[in-house]
Amino acid sequence: MAEEKKLKLSNTVLPSESMKVVAESMGIAQIQEETCQLLTDEVSYRIKEIAQDALKFMHMGKRQKLTTSDIDYALKLKNVEPLYGFHAQEFIPFRFASGGGRELYFYEEKEVDLSDIINTPLPRVPLDVCLKAHWLSIEGCQPAIPENPPPAPKEQQKAEATEPLKSAKPGQEEDGPLKGKGQGATPADGKGKEKKAPPLLEGAPLRLKPRSIHELSVEQQLYYKEITEACVGSCEAKRAEALQSIATDPGLYQMLPRFSTFISEGVRVNVVQNNLALLIYLMRMVKALMDNPTLYLEKYVHELIPAVMTCIVSRQLCLRPDVDNHWALRDFAARLVAQICKHFSTTTNNIQSRITKTFTKSWVDEKTPWTTRYGSIAGLAELGHDVIKTLILPRLQQEGERIRSVLDGPVLSNIDRIGADHVQSLLLKHCAPVLAKLRPPPDNQDAYRAEFGSLGPLLCSHVVKARAQAALQAQQVNRTTLTITQPRPTLTLSQAPQPGPRTPGLLKVPGSITLPVQTLMSARAAAPPQPSPPPTKFIVMSSSSSASSTQQVLSLSTSAPGSGSTTTSPVTTTVPSVQPIVKLVSTATTAPPSTAPAGPGSVQKYIVVSLPPTGEGKGGPPSHPSPVPPPSTSPSPLGGSALCGGKPEAGDSPPPAPGTPKANGSQPTGSGSPQPAP
Amino acid sequence: MAALAEEQTEVAVKLEPEGPPTLLPPQSGDGASEGSGGTPNNGPNGGGGGTVAASSSAGGDGGTPKPVVAVSAAAPAGAAPVPAAAATAPGASHDRQTLLAVLQFLRQSNLREAEEALRREARLLEEAGAGAGAPGEVDGVGAEAASALLSRVTASVPGSAVPEPPGTGASVATGFSGSAAAPAAPGKVGSVAVEDQPDVSAVLSAYNQQGDPTMYEEYYSGLKHFIECSLDCHRAELSQLFYPLFVHMYLELVYNQHENEAKSFFEKFHGDQECYYQDDLRVLSSLTKKEHMKGNETMLDFRTSKFVLRISRDSYQLLKRHLQEKQNNQIWNIVQEHLYIDIFDGMPRSKQQIDAMVGSLAGEAKREANKSKVFFGLLKEPEIEVPLDDEDEEGENEEGKPKKKKPKKDSIGSKSKKQDPNAPPQNRIPLPELKDSDKLDKIMNMKETTKRVRLGPDCLPSICFYTFLNAYQGLTAVDVTDDSSLIAGGFADSTVRVWSVTPKKLRSVKQASDLSLIDKESDDVLERIMDEKTASELKILYGHSGPVYGASFSPDRNYLLSSSEDGTVRLWSLQTFTCLVGYKGHNYPVWDTQFSPHGYYFVSGGHDRVARLWATDHYQPLRIFAGHLADVNCTRFHPNSNYVATGSADRTVRLWDVLNGNCVRIFTGHKGPIHSLTFSPNGRFLATGATDGRVLLWDIGHGLMVGELKGHTDTVCSLRFSRDGEILASGSMDNTVRLWDAIKAFEDLETDDFTTATGHINLPENSQELLLGTYMTKSTPVVHLHFTRRNLVLAAGAYSPQ
Repeated sequence: MAEEKKLKLSNTVLPSESMKVVAESMGIAQIQEETCQLLTDEVSYRIKEIAQDALKFMHMGKRQKLTTSDIDYALKLKNVEPLYGFHAQEFIPFRFASGGGRELYFYEEKEVDLSDIINTPLPRVPLDVCLKAHWLSIEGCQPAIPENPPPAPKEQQKAEATEPLKSAKPGQEEDGPLKGKGQGATPADGKGKEKKAPPLLEGAPLRLKPRSIHELSVEQQLYYKEITEACVGSCEAKRAEALQSIATDPGLYQMLPRFSTFISEGVRVNVVQNNLALLIYLMRMVKALMDNPTLYLEKYVHELIPAVMTCIVSRQLCLRPDVDNHWALRDFAARLVAQICKHFSTTTNNIQSRITKTFTKSWVDEKTPWTTRYGSIAGLAELGHDVIKTLILPRLQQEGERIRSVLDGPVLSNIDRIGADHVQSLLLKHCAPVLAKLRPPPDNQDAYRAEFGSLGPLLCSHVVKARAQAALQAQQVNRTTLTITQPRPTLTLSQAPQPGPRTPGLLKVPGSITLPVQTLMSARAAAPPQPSPPPTKFIVMSSSSSASSTQQVLSLSTSAPGSGSTTTSPVTTTVPSVQPIVKLVSTATTAPPSTAPAGPGSVQKYIVVSLPPTGEGKGGPPSHPSPVPPPSTSPSPLGGSALCGGKPEAGDSPPPAPGTPKANGSQPTGSGSPQPAP
Repeated sequence: MAALAEEQTEVAVKLEPEGPPTLLPPQSGDGASEGSGGTPNNGPNGGGGGTVAASSSAGGDGGTPKPVVAVSAAAPAGAAPVPAAAATAPGASHDRQTLLAVLQFLRQSNLREAEEALRREARLLEEAGAGAGAPGEVDGVGAEAASALLSRVTASVPGSAVPEPPGTGASVATGFSGSAAAPAAPGKVGSVAVEDQPDVSAVLSAYNQQGDPTMYEEYYSGLKHFIECSLDCHRAELSQLFYPLFVHMYLELVYNQHENEAKSFFEKFHGDQECYYQDDLRVLSSLTKKEHMKGNETMLDFRTSKFVLRISRDSYQLLKRHLQEKQNNQIWNIVQEHLYIDIFDGMPRSKQQIDAMVGSLAGEAKREANKSKVFFGLLKEPEIEVPLDDEDEEGENEEGKPKKKKPKKDSIGSKSKKQDPNAPPQNRIPLPELKDSDKLDKIMNMKETTKRVRLGPDCLPSICFYTFLNAYQGLTAVDVTDDSSLIAGGFADSTVRVWSVTPKKLRSVKQASDLSLIDKESDDVLERIMDEKTASELKILYGHSGPVYGASFSPDRNYLLSSSEDGTVRLWSLQTFTCLVGYKGHNYPVWDTQFSPHGYYFVSGGHDRVARLWATDHYQPLRIFAGHLADVNCTRFHPNSNYVATGSADRTVRLWDVLNGNCVRIFTGHKGPIHSLTFSPNGRFLATGATDGRVLLWDIGHGLMVGELKGHTDTVCSLRFSRDGEILASGSMDNTVRLWDAIKAFEDLETDDFTTATGHINLPENSQELLLGTYMTKSTPVVHLHFTRRNLVLAAGAYSPQ
């Protein structure tokens, strides 16, 4: 019989303790066990009944989620007064906590500082409902426009990459749940799975791997050309836009093989020509592709990894190795490889172990030039602490000797000297935090020298610094939540001329920013600052206006130490006509006491002010302001940007009429009044 | 049946050409007519009977006249002793019953003083006492029946201080006396405990006879063993017994307060039940105490309606023999009392055949339920002088469009004038006369028709998707005008918004003060009265006080209907963008409403389990279609306006005759609540979509399921045939629009006599071949679909970010 899916019919009832608690809260102290039992049965039944009614409202409201208002209407059906005050759309007010063998559901009520609320600018009025038309299908074909979902969702790409025989068309693959519900025991279960090959292949035998067709439409070809040209061209603004497009556009699946080939060929050519700039651009493309949430790169990793590896370990990447900063490229590419390993390494393809082997081999080799040596170490170091611990630390002494022989010995060549210098600082940078964790605190120069040879003393001082930094970080747990996702943020941090302790520039730009150069700089500039007095506020303000830097005024105020609740408000001045979006990140209670040894009770607040790009601000307030909740660059409802031209923030401008996107330029356009296709 | 005849004559009288065409309520006013609107022949349920449920939400809408009693859930025969008792009550004691009912109510509400006063007034002291004491007496029974009705009414409105209008309870009770009397034994009334919820106890009385609770599991497993060991051909049929027996045995255990036995019985056997009964089982599992059974609707459904099974004679004999051999009285009693076994001669059905048809709350439809004749043909189109370009029209026709929607449109050619043999008489339902503007619109329609794309598997329509942005999950209903110029959206925030999707903006009529300035003699007075200054693309209609679940434009685009959680249907003028009428009748949320394709009439259906037919100029419903056992989720008019189809949460689709309110078709086979309906343009077929993601196709004339379209993975919210009926488009909560080959689906139907007679259908497993296209949206459930006159698909839904 139809038992494939065993029913999950719960006979859950509320615990009778709950009844007692409720009774106590009502002022009834003594309540009999028997009464409790009766009450729980009754209450559980009524709750289930109401939930079932509420479900009806959810269905009729054409929603997938039960909301509090559904419950209200269900109560109304029973002629019960609804619960007032629970009108959140998504919010489930109860939080769960457990500990000491007890489970607790509690209602989270944050303390809100009234003055904060009063002083923050009012949020923008939520947008009104509006209608937008687009072509879902044109004579049976779905155009690849941002309004439509990507032709192949990521899961499917993954499925295709890993289990090519099971590939199916989007939307048609899953009839499993229906089978379960509908026909109890129909034998057709296996049939639906293999059946749906694209109509073109109807005649082909079923077991064959379907031939994938990579036909690009004219629009896609144009797009490909534009993007690749912009990516390697000379205009930085265009490049940023192109990279943004690669990183966010949903419909690039079809073009992936071309991009991948473009990158690998590009690296091959430019390494030979020692064209550092182009190599950097290409690596940025890889980064953008990796960042695109709709792409699954597994199929193309075999092309990408060699290209990226080349940029890490190549003997020469630029024409003038003594002047050019090819080290940054190596760092960046090393980080990319680490990311690839993290995403795609499986037990089958062993990417990580193969990469590790390659790096180690080239490092161990005596004749390896300093550049390659640097790349290998950087690549290994980026793979994580474990790799550093097992592969780098044991060789520190040996490597230290080699560095010393270059630095202290007779001057052979300037290039070697620079190389050795870089390798040294690289080793110090990566090893120090690991050692700080591994070794117990008393850092003794001699002990270090004994263990690590000539690098010992330097390492020791770095470890001391790392420890200090770790302590500082523990104090500011939430620092990493500072994310700035503006396309091209130019970050400045100035301090208001105020007496009192100066705050160090504690700025961390997360790696997700599309500008690698900056990322590199900031990564290097992460010199640990001195611990600052606890109640400090950082105001980080970013604006994408690259031209004018005058707008970036921000004030930083330090409130009196000790006063946990700060009354200061961000003072933003000379902000152009656009409303800044202010996000308050409070770390007041989140730091567990054990990890915050310094400055107990310290309150840190970060205020992130992000401004929409100035292009828009200058054009007057946009007619359709973007949705309020931060981050301000949250994708517009219908997704990514238009391909070329136009602002990336598609959601801000009124969407194009159905006929206007490139993909269906041949279609009848005209002001949204649909006409049949000719 | 007398009522039926009377009604027809009355309608006939009304058909005089000069009078405004109306389909008047069969009789005006009193309670009896309310009953006859819905009940003269609740054919499917075995002719009559009915209980009154959930009338008038006393507190809610005080001021308005509220003469309407919600006649709901026409209970099948045999179930309720209530109508039976009422039937025995002579009509003369009407007033007294009313009084008794009121007294009963007062007693229940603890209004002692009022009760005393009323008694003294009515000098009823002794009699009432006697009535309560001796249930055998006629009056007493009447009172009891009335109080039963009342208590059910009031039970749904606890704490309401306003007494019911005294007429309702009693008058309805007597109303049933005219309809076929239920065969239940009136003697049972006596044994009922009257104190507190007499009706429920009455319904449950059958459960009083009690077997050994510990034996139930044994009985059931014995039967299970027997069925599983029987021959293959019988096993599938007899397996149908499992579910109803399981339910009734469980309820019996619960009713007799063997909670632990009931629990273990449920635990042991609920896994055996077919998965499509999951939802009901969930309700059942929460029912663990006798007290819970009071007022539980699902439980009442089980008790008040017999579960219908279709079993071949052979299988039935087998079962009977087994039960008699084993002396298994417990099960035999249940089979006799709570099940209706529809026996047929011939081959037992296969598992697939059975699975296709079962799944509804109360089993399959009885065969005779679908036997009555349905005029599914289209009405003859009125003759309109087609202007000059009718040559084109004709030429187009010559090329042969076999399935043109309105083949009789052009007035040339004798052939097209011939009446469709399946069509109802032209004036079976009085329809409003065409206005000049309607004629113009028809001509426009014809012109558009000539430009219509001919669709087919090789020529798929384009789909234009209207996304409602920033709706914050609040979009609950959408409708598009026939000429695709306006879109209306109903929202959870109680608003109705109307958009113009053409460059033409929405203009309302000027204020009265401005209107007086206009020269009424001028030629363009109709233009002048419109206010250009306030013209906009969007107009918002405020008035409802709850989410708007249904919206429908009138065919002439002058009106808009909306139905809401607040229990009302509102009629809005699209000239002034104001509310014209609020139709009150459903006291619970109204899930759907739709205008008739000819205008003037509309239908609504809601949580009170009835669908109502209204005319825009009557504030009371003309017909009440009662019979569904759960919410009426969706309602649709047949293209000839003579029938209404309703889809319900009891997983059945019913077709109702507008003329007499009869239920003429019951379609079972869906495994989840039905959420969408659509008729094919030629009126022959019906497509229905449910929460189980399947779309089922039905032949209305034969009353058969003719197809099953599997593919959607979530509720099918919208269905629509193309203008010529070649393509069926379905939109779903799974964010897809799918197109199906309707012509192929309706090809070579099995409509031979045998199939028709027995209803044994063999559905081909060809969903994948019929599926022409699947189009994913970007997390936008497809709430509405519409084919423009040129066969372009318009789809609409609200973007809901995950």
